[in-house]
Amino acid sequence: MALLLPNRFPGKLIIVEGIDGSGKSTQLLLLSHWLRSQGYAVAFSEWNSSPLVRQTTRRGKKKEMFTPTSFSLIHATDFADRLESYILPLVKAGAIVCADRYAYTAFARDVARGVSRNWVRNLYRFAIRPNLAFYFRVPLDVALSRILGGRTALKYYEAGMDLGLSRDVEESFRIFQGRILDEYEAMAEEVGFQVIDATLPIEEQQRRMRQIVLEVLGDSLRTSVLRLVQEPADVAARAAAIL
Amino acid sequence: MLPREPLQFYSEPLPGVDCAELHGRLIVIEGPDAVGRSTQVTRLRQWLEQEGHAVLDTGMARSALAGRGIQEAKKGNTLGPVTMTLFYTTDFADRIENEIIPALRAGFVVLTDRYIFSIMARAIARGEDRRWIERVAGFALVPHAVFYLRAEVKDLVSRVVMGRGAFDFWESGMDLRFGRDMFDSFTRYQKRLIKALDSMVEPYGFTVIDAGRPADAIFRELELRIASLDLAMVRSRTRPRRSKRFGMGSR
Repeated sequence: MALLLPNRFPGKLIIVEGIDGSGKSTQLLLLSHWLRSQGYAVAFSEWNSSPLVRQTTRRGKKKEMFTPTSFSLIHATDFADRLESYILPLVKAGAIVCADRYAYTAFARDVARGVSRNWVRNLYRFAIRPNLAFYFRVPLDVALSRILGGRTALKYYEAGMDLGLSRDVEESFRIFQGRILDEYEAMAEEVGFQVIDATLPIEEQQRRMRQIVLEVLGDSLRTSVLRLVQEPADVAARAAAIL
Repeated sequence: MLPREPLQFYSEPLPGVDCAELHGRLIVIEGPDAVGRSTQVTRLRQWLEQEGHAVLDTGMARSALAGRGIQEAKKGNTLGPVTMTLFYTTDFADRIENEIIPALRAGFVVLTDRYIFSIMARAIARGEDRRWIERVAGFALVPHAVFYLRAEVKDLVSRVVMGRGAFDFWESGMDLRFGRDMFDSFTRYQKRLIKALDSMVEPYGFTVIDAGRPADAIFRELELRIASLDLAMVRSRTRPRRSKRFGMGSR
């Protein structure tokens, strides 16, 4: 994404994107465990988790106060807080920050809600560009069956009920997720996603993720990232053994 | 070029809003901290209501959605500059969509204590990118008038000291510590704010009001200027008008 600033700091930022039920969180967790086992300083940041903003978001959701614009802005505020007070300082310090969802979630979700593409891209212009952005590509039906099979109640905004797409929550969720999927697909090239086929077995997806991490970041991991364990072992060699 | 026509969006139309439906008047009072805006807003409201106008007055961090959240965030010590800018913009979005626009549809005079310009000035004073925040705030409506109460920093200092008697952390920009103590930081930060507001006078068509004068003199000027705006369209026909043209009968 040309609009996001490049990361000039010693640490790395690895993010995952995909629609609900694509399995991205599971994969990021596995990747972060692996990186940690290599001795790297690894931190984790989840979408919509700023303690400063939480009460406001909760209040707005509970009372169904959001419009597409205020929904977009409160999530950008949440993101800004995590970036300013958590992600950036850690990346500057040389850690690997693994983020479950990033600005691209807003590019997809807010646009699916009716906010303009250019406005939301400008909104996140203060963000740094991730070193790696994985996109978990999954057909809508597969993701829906994972989500709808596993949970009973879909939440109001999660299902896009604010858009009046359908009175039926599941139907609304289907339509909304379909729109989000279209936005992800449309931006994949523009933002340079590393696309992972999320219908593959979990182990296979993880193997590919690790491979991409080593290919893209291999040398700079060794030279610039903070390591907790002072082992001279060659990361690539150790990784190869694991893979 | 920015649109000059009142009640049009600057650059970003809000979904679901037809500007042709907006019949009220939007009047903005801007200016740095401690310049005396809220005093003027209170008096203007009384006067406009006596004149028979339905008035909505609103101001920063007063939204149902984010007002309380902002107050809470300001109590801590972790509110970063971009986060603050966006939190205030969220607050503004909630107020424009749920208060200002409905009031304009109903033909009210909307009197707002600060607008996007204060959000922008604070962001610019903290070193954020001007074009970024201008576009973020682009969903604001062009007001009928922006009255910029302009004063020098020394006037603000004396108002703070004589009035509240102490410097405020945020009004002094202490989150970024522009100086060694509250006074130094206040002075430098407010200078930056004034500079940022000054830079908006021309592009955003501010009317500059000399706020280095007593409150009564400022009020009289605002009264005259607002009276010369065409408020007739929104003038209520149900209440008899006062005999004195800009009468302040109750005072």
